[in-house]
Amino acid sequence: MAKVQMPPRREMGVLLEIRNLKVEATVYSPGENPRDVTIVDGVSLALKRGKVLGLIGESGAGKSTIGLSSMGYGRGGVRITGGEVLLNGRDILKGGVQGLRRVRGSEVCYVAQSAAAAFNPAHRLMGQVVEAALLHGTATKAEAEKRAVALFTKLRLPDPKSIGYRYPHQVSGGQLQRVMTAMALCSEPDLIVFDEPTTALDVTTQIEVLAAIKDAIRDNGVAALYITHDLAVVTQVSDEIIVLRDGKMVEHGETRQIIEAPRMDYTKALVSVRSIEHEEKEPTPKPLLSVRNVTAAYGGGAVKVLQDVSVDVHSGQTLAVVGESGSGKSTLARVITGLLPPIAGSITFASRTLARRLADRSRDDLRELQMIYQMADVAMNPRQTVGTIIGRPLEFYFGMRGRERDKRVAELLDEIEMGKGFIDRYPAELSGGQKQRVCIARALAAKPKLIICDEVTSALDPLVADGILKLLLRLQKIEDVGYLFITHDLATVKAIADSIAVMYRGEVVRHGSKTQVLTPPFDAYTDLLLSSVPEMEVGWLESAIKGRRMESAGN
Amino acid sequence: MLNFKRIPLGAWIGLILTGLLMICALLAPWIAPYGNGEIVGDVWEPMSWTHWLGTDNLGRDLLSRMLYGARITIFISAMATALSFSLGAMLGFMAAVVGGLLDMLMSRIVDLLMAIPTLIFGLVVLSVLPANNLTLILVMGILSSTRVYRLSSAVAADINAMDFVEAARLRGERLGWIIFREILPNALSPLVAELGLRFIFSVLFLSALSYLGLGVQPPEADWGGMVMENKDGIVFGIPAALIPAAAIAALAISVNLVADWVLTRTTSFKGGRD
Repeated sequence: MAKVQMPPRREMGVLLEIRNLKVEATVYSPGENPRDVTIVDGVSLALKRGKVLGLIGESGAGKSTIGLSSMGYGRGGVRITGGEVLLNGRDILKGGVQGLRRVRGSEVCYVAQSAAAAFNPAHRLMGQVVEAALLHGTATKAEAEKRAVALFTKLRLPDPKSIGYRYPHQVSGGQLQRVMTAMALCSEPDLIVFDEPTTALDVTTQIEVLAAIKDAIRDNGVAALYITHDLAVVTQVSDEIIVLRDGKMVEHGETRQIIEAPRMDYTKALVSVRSIEHEEKEPTPKPLLSVRNVTAAYGGGAVKVLQDVSVDVHSGQTLAVVGESGSGKSTLARVITGLLPPIAGSITFASRTLARRLADRSRDDLRELQMIYQMADVAMNPRQTVGTIIGRPLEFYFGMRGRERDKRVAELLDEIEMGKGFIDRYPAELSGGQKQRVCIARALAAKPKLIICDEVTSALDPLVADGILKLLLRLQKIEDVGYLFITHDLATVKAIADSIAVMYRGEVVRHGSKTQVLTPPFDAYTDLLLSSVPEMEVGWLESAIKGRRMESAGN
Repeated sequence: MLNFKRIPLGAWIGLILTGLLMICALLAPWIAPYGNGEIVGDVWEPMSWTHWLGTDNLGRDLLSRMLYGARITIFISAMATALSFSLGAMLGFMAAVVGGLLDMLMSRIVDLLMAIPTLIFGLVVLSVLPANNLTLILVMGILSSTRVYRLSSAVAADINAMDFVEAARLRGERLGWIIFREILPNALSPLVAELGLRFIFSVLFLSALSYLGLGVQPPEADWGGMVMENKDGIVFGIPAALIPAAAIAALAISVNLVADWVLTRTTSFKGGRD
């Protein structure tokens, strides 16, 4: 007897419908029996034609997994074990491999986070952009290439007629991301999955890519799933937002409702992130660290990366150094720490002139100037326990041993809001936020006067980053330590800085107290930088694009 | 710390075999039924209750020879491997951490040594130097340390670029701490894997040298030398040459089984407690 199948409930214009999606993976940890973990549990959503749905959540929330499931794909051994994925009214999970092949690249396309890693470096861009259209036979080569050029023009790529004949390494990251969007649009799909397409880009570039993507979506009438962890970004492009946490749906609503009137506590926490109260301090008469007219270069003077840079950090205060990638912020940190001896200029620290080379500095110079890194996992030796990592500076600088050292380590763990139980753990047994906390404790153990923080929160989820920033501010009050805070994130700067230095192409273009720097009139670059920071406000993108005075460097 | 229930089967086989061979080597003078060089029977007698493994090409008891041979084979190979590892790894790490001129100088010298085929180089050096076990160990150790140097300097160069090494340097740590506490624990996995292989290569190299008459000098013999002594018997269907050969194979496999197991423990980032 033929099974009577209920006709699928066809709402007008529903393109994608996911019902009770369940995704599982098998974890093989050494020494244990393999076990199944549920990555996505019972998520349902519906997407109408031409609409954009934002999926937002922290890392591990399952947002990419849900996005890829709309193509029937499970990344890295992940299995879709339950639910239905209806695309154009058909359940694509039941179509078998052949059915999936027909869907992928013609009805659904995918834009990956790292365009640089997603393009084949050995082929020209054009061949890769038109590949899907040719494969599915939706267009001849000439038609597809014509369409690609039209898309390049629409996405505001420079020189649209010939950019397709370049190789991926010959265009910048922001441009490559736009080429990938063109690739997704070229086979005229019904749905595009954007997986964090602007996360790896600088703010000034991000806004342009975002605007281009938004226009292209609107003009081509495709629907899109937009996956990101940045609520401000998703606000600009999507009509609806789904907030995810640990593979479950937390809240689903119109963009405006989520931003302005969130219902769930978790969404409220996400929306209110970066609302740190910090009172700006007056500069002291004598700066703690004073960098004067420093010029530095790589390759024996061939490539100048810092030119005539002067900044001051005051005791117990925070100087934020901002700029896009390649502006020389991290090089400044290397020069101050002595890893890269400058070719001109001087550095004064605590009324002493610092030696240029690391090897010539005294132990006290080294002790009082500590550093915290962006990637906490590579900044700690994976073979040392937390106790050794934090305890080593105590041994090294203060000669503490045995019980005395362990007692101090426990105190430090307490200060960073972690318990004594962590003392025997290895870095692999810590979460991302905990790792960064241990790095902070290691820096504090040396009783420094200044800590250089190199992008310390940019690899962390917003809520975790928030916790780290609050911790840093609290520690500053207790220990009276100065921070030189390197970041590209202006929201962070506004939250914690006392003074700001804006860097552009190796030069400091603006330097002063926070109020001075953030008060108009601005120079052209500061204006561009400030106007590029996405705000959690519907319609911000359009007004920001209109008000811009200068093009970004496109790094 | 060590949970016996968690040792996999392969490792057990390796551990038991290696342990057995080690015991044989250590207790050879006490458990061997006859003396090492004593002629006790006819040439190439078959296996019997008096001579468990038969006799060799001169009528010596093969079992006794095997036991004494285990002693000398394992001792010389182990010492040579230890020397090559301590020397090669130390210099390799130093080259990677210090870099610059020192790295250049040492690497080119190593290149020079590696450019000459090891066996020929060994033959030339050994024919000049007095033939005893100490020179044998030194020559074998130094020659195979070039391979270890290459491996460890490549591994250390990668680790040296990590932020935690930079952090140690910024703290003002000396070379010793950076090499032994920051780099060595992280370089251990490839080195342990290499250790198992290198030990076996040492056994084979020693055998080759003995075969050519420049290795262990008669009347003592290592297993490789015994293969050589008895090889003519194979033509007459006498298995005397196969027994030391099988012993070499057993040693090779069991040592590598143990090395594999150690490897899975050292690759764990959680101190082996999972």
